[in-house]
Amino acid sequence: MAAGITAAAPGIAPGAAALAGEPDITLIRPARTTSRARRIPLTRIQLPRIPRLALRAIGPIAVIALWQWVCVAKVFSSDEVVPPTAVLSAARQLWDQGALQSNLLISLQRVAEGLALGVAVGVFLAVICGLFRIGEDLLDPVIQAARAVPILGLVPLAIIWFGVGEEPKVILIALGCTFPVYLNTYAAIRNVDLKLVEAGQTFGLRKWGLVRKIILPGALPGFLVGLRFALVGAWIIDVVAEEINAQSGLGYLINQAQTTNQLGIMFLCLALYAIFGLLSDAIVRLLERYLLTWRRAFKGA
Amino acid sequence: MTELAVKAHGVGKQFTGRRILQDLDLEIRPGEFVALLGRSGAGKSTLLRIFGGLEPDYEGDVLVPRRRAVVFQEPRLIPWQRVLPNVSLGLKPTRDVTKQSIAALAEVGLADHAKAWPVTLSGGEAQRVALARALVREPQLMLLDEPFGALDALTRTRMHALLHALCERHQPAVLLVTHDVDEAIILADRALVLRDGQLTLDVPIELDRPRERGSREFIELRTRLLAELGVTEEITE
Repeated sequence: MAAGITAAAPGIAPGAAALAGEPDITLIRPARTTSRARRIPLTRIQLPRIPRLALRAIGPIAVIALWQWVCVAKVFSSDEVVPPTAVLSAARQLWDQGALQSNLLISLQRVAEGLALGVAVGVFLAVICGLFRIGEDLLDPVIQAARAVPILGLVPLAIIWFGVGEEPKVILIALGCTFPVYLNTYAAIRNVDLKLVEAGQTFGLRKWGLVRKIILPGALPGFLVGLRFALVGAWIIDVVAEEINAQSGLGYLINQAQTTNQLGIMFLCLALYAIFGLLSDAIVRLLERYLLTWRRAFKGA
Repeated sequence: MTELAVKAHGVGKQFTGRRILQDLDLEIRPGEFVALLGRSGAGKSTLLRIFGGLEPDYEGDVLVPRRRAVVFQEPRLIPWQRVLPNVSLGLKPTRDVTKQSIAALAEVGLADHAKAWPVTLSGGEAQRVALARALVREPQLMLLDEPFGALDALTRTRMHALLHALCERHQPAVLLVTHDVDEAIILADRALVLRDGQLTLDVPIELDRPRERGSREFIELRTRLLAELGVTEEITE
């Protein structure tokens, strides 16, 4: 190897004789290079090693710190914004009364029921419209029109139709969850790679085999996107439904706090919504990690 | 009448007014390896897709065996199934099928990849899985649609050897669609050229194996096929 470089040197670097005392390897450097460029500092490739969870926590923690600072620095009056510490004490007070637990639980239950119903209906409609042209032609225009109606505008009607019990709240939440799940799942079904469907056909998969093994699993990523939207929507509709018409739940708590001007409780409820939003998102992320291993696989174990 | 693996008569096909195939006749004997050459857009893949049952509207009369398998240019593995269920895709999951699928993977040298996700495979490995998926069905007719077109030259050469060995052992009738004249001469018993919707050349390839690209007969045949494809060597080299 060294002999090869030496032999080639006269042709490449005319000034080779001047470098006779140096190691062979330097012969391949162009004659005009200054000595400063001779040694390039080499470094190992280092990837950041901060745990993902810590990275993801930085943002929310910064927001809370900023919030506390804004209050301490009296940027806003305490009639307008209360600090995180005041929110914590409000939480402790409500917890001791038992009001926090009971209202939280009832809101959670409404969201869970509405979500389950809405997702089921959304998936059902998406499968019908996604798989069958006739389903698409008959149902999709109706669904698109219904989607354009603001759900919050339905609140008064829902009360007239379903009274003031649990039904109107659960149904409104379910309605809000149906559309994002429907839209994303339906689009995902229609986006499944035709080449894979063809491959399945040539290898003997018949209609339901194709649906089960190729079309539905292929639509799963889209469904999960829809589920994310649905989770956020479910909480939004929950709070509105409870503020207008309820004797319990987080929205009810906010409404009560407004009449007695208890800012701590109002901020507490909003913070709880934010936390639930974050938790819901984390659950879908976990689901994705479990259901979409095949996609993650390229990142390595 | 001799037994046939493909019997096609008067095959025609048009896409929105553009005629691709016209009154084409083709017979392939069992165990025969036929290479179908043609310029890009000549209708090679369309003919293969007709034989594979993937083109619903064609004219003419096509008889093909029940047990057929297709290998496409892209591996078309199902990304959310591991390698083994990809191989046995569409077969009833009995213990025998699993055993045969593992054996097919072993034949293409990928027995230890049975549990891998398709996304982790290299292009050559994925195409070998696609070959195993075709083989496990013990096809009477293998339809290969430019299966090595997307592979690098080194991998392609190795795949040629593998495919030749597999075909010797399993003896399916093969229709290989390719635009690579050398590939056709190395692998096939018979070369066809598709031009203007019809088979304009049908020559047996009787060179001894292993076939050497430098041999006089090889070069003569290549020149003849290229000329039929409307290419002269000076332009390609």
